[in-house]
Amino acid sequence: MSFEFLLGSIGIGLIYALVSLGVFISFRLLDFPDLTADASFPLGGAVCGLCMYVGIDPWIATFLGMFAGCIAGAMTGLLYVKLNILQLLSSIIVMIGLYSINLRILGIGPYIMGETPRMAGSPNLSLLDAKTIFSPFMAEDYSNQYLVQPIMILAFVVVFWLLLNLFLNTQVGLALRATGTNQRMAKSQGIPTGAITILGMAISNGLIALGGSLFVQTQGGADITIGVGTIVIGLASIIIGESIFPTKRIWAVMIAVIFGAILYRLFIAFALSNEFLQEIGVGTEDLNLITAILVVLALVLPKQLKKYSKKRGK
Amino acid sequence: MIKVGQLQLTFNQGTPIENHVLRGLNLNIKKGEFVTIIGSNGAGKSSLLNVISGDLIADSGHITINNKDVTRWPAWKRAGMVARVFQDPMVGTCENLTIEENLAIAYNRGNNFTLRPALNRRLRVLFKEKLATLNLGLENRLSDMMGLLSGGQRQAVSLLMSTLQPSKILLLDEHTAALDPKTAQFVLDLTNEIVQKNQLTTMMVTHSMKQALEYGTRTVMLHQGQVVLDVSGEQRDKLTVTDLLDMFEKTRGEKVTDDALLLG
Repeated sequence: MSFEFLLGSIGIGLIYALVSLGVFISFRLLDFPDLTADASFPLGGAVCGLCMYVGIDPWIATFLGMFAGCIAGAMTGLLYVKLNILQLLSSIIVMIGLYSINLRILGIGPYIMGETPRMAGSPNLSLLDAKTIFSPFMAEDYSNQYLVQPIMILAFVVVFWLLLNLFLNTQVGLALRATGTNQRMAKSQGIPTGAITILGMAISNGLIALGGSLFVQTQGGADITIGVGTIVIGLASIIIGESIFPTKRIWAVMIAVIFGAILYRLFIAFALSNEFLQEIGVGTEDLNLITAILVVLALVLPKQLKKYSKKRGK
Repeated sequence: MIKVGQLQLTFNQGTPIENHVLRGLNLNIKKGEFVTIIGSNGAGKSSLLNVISGDLIADSGHITINNKDVTRWPAWKRAGMVARVFQDPMVGTCENLTIEENLAIAYNRGNNFTLRPALNRRLRVLFKEKLATLNLGLENRLSDMMGLLSGGQRQAVSLLMSTLQPSKILLLDEHTAALDPKTAQFVLDLTNEIVQKNQLTTMMVTHSMKQALEYGTRTVMLHQGQVVLDVSGEQRDKLTVTDLLDMFEKTRGEKVTDDALLLG
């Protein structure tokens, strides 16, 4: 594994740290099994990509991508709160609907720029010539790309960790955490749990879409398939983080989740560059299978270890 | 003052397990009254409290609190007027939040939740003072997770939380039933002390006839979703547990076999 490859993996890991923080809000804080993530990640990428494609400032594009995710999350929340559709089902409905919308968004750029006569959907959008938020700091030959990207993404992660920290300790933040753990208590204390759930889902998916926005800028293109397994990666990161750094303090848990996301990426990078695995024919096409196995391990191992140490203690 | 009129509530309407819980229940409670509520299982005691708090919405009838019709209000909207302590100590407090965070939420009951920091030095001092009155040593454990406390401690904190903001009525739904006898007595005494000190209008559901007469200023017996006995003042002072039991049996038309009612 080369140094550049290692840094690249950490960079991607940091992007998924944002995603994992989003998933942490829905799954852990709100106790809302939310599959919207698989569509809000590419939604963020598609909206950001479209904006950059038509020449909008990449910073504004990034935040528009994030905002689109907020709307998607709020939609899922609305379906659940206002129409009483099951949480999981609400998120699946939004996810399926967004798939079409994402195809449309990815296809509309070339039409706006007059490159195609028809307004049709597309599974991808090339951004190789587009200006990204990284562009101003990049050397002409992209030789410092492996440094610039992880550092800037790290800045994003730090800023959003700080903001979330502040937010979760405000009155609304406490209300959100109470809503997730004990809805009856929350209601009896005057917390409008419905509105709080919608807000939380918006924040969660906003973070996930921000991840998508940054992701397409590191990849030189947006693609409909980048969202596949987002939720599983987010969950895996949370579980890895929680098992390696067990803590209850909210700020520390979020740091654990961030490290979990980076570690997860490193595991994957290791698995894909391992000579033995390469020899027996494991390649990038097996990524999702490796992810699935990792999640199962992360879910089961901590419990097994606890059992084992208990037995030895006796 | 609380007015409850012609309250009707049916669970699972139109199904084989239909259950008509409240059948035109009427009850007026004056300011400062401490009402104890008794009745057999299924008499509608908890349902009545849940309808007043907004956890359940009545099929028909009306509930007014201080001349405000709240019949259709959701629970969170009524929280500014209604404080409550649940039977299950796990329900009244949030185990994943610290003690001070739980108190901070209760301190904001009935107000809008804003983007201001939920805790500050002034509040911590206040919470410390309040917790010290419980004599449980919790004033030194402000940043401990609520989940670390015992059921009795959590119930005591729940009680304290219900007094952090003024309310028009305090609802206690068998809030000592899940505790061991000694802790139950402690929480009950604490309840009495808090209610007296703050002059709270209170409704307390209990399974124990003894408690029903020993505490409070008025006792109401429910049967099949209606008030069948309502005593206060001198009449109530003269009443003994045996009298109450007789009336209880008369309304039910059968002998009481539940030891908890007799011995509780």
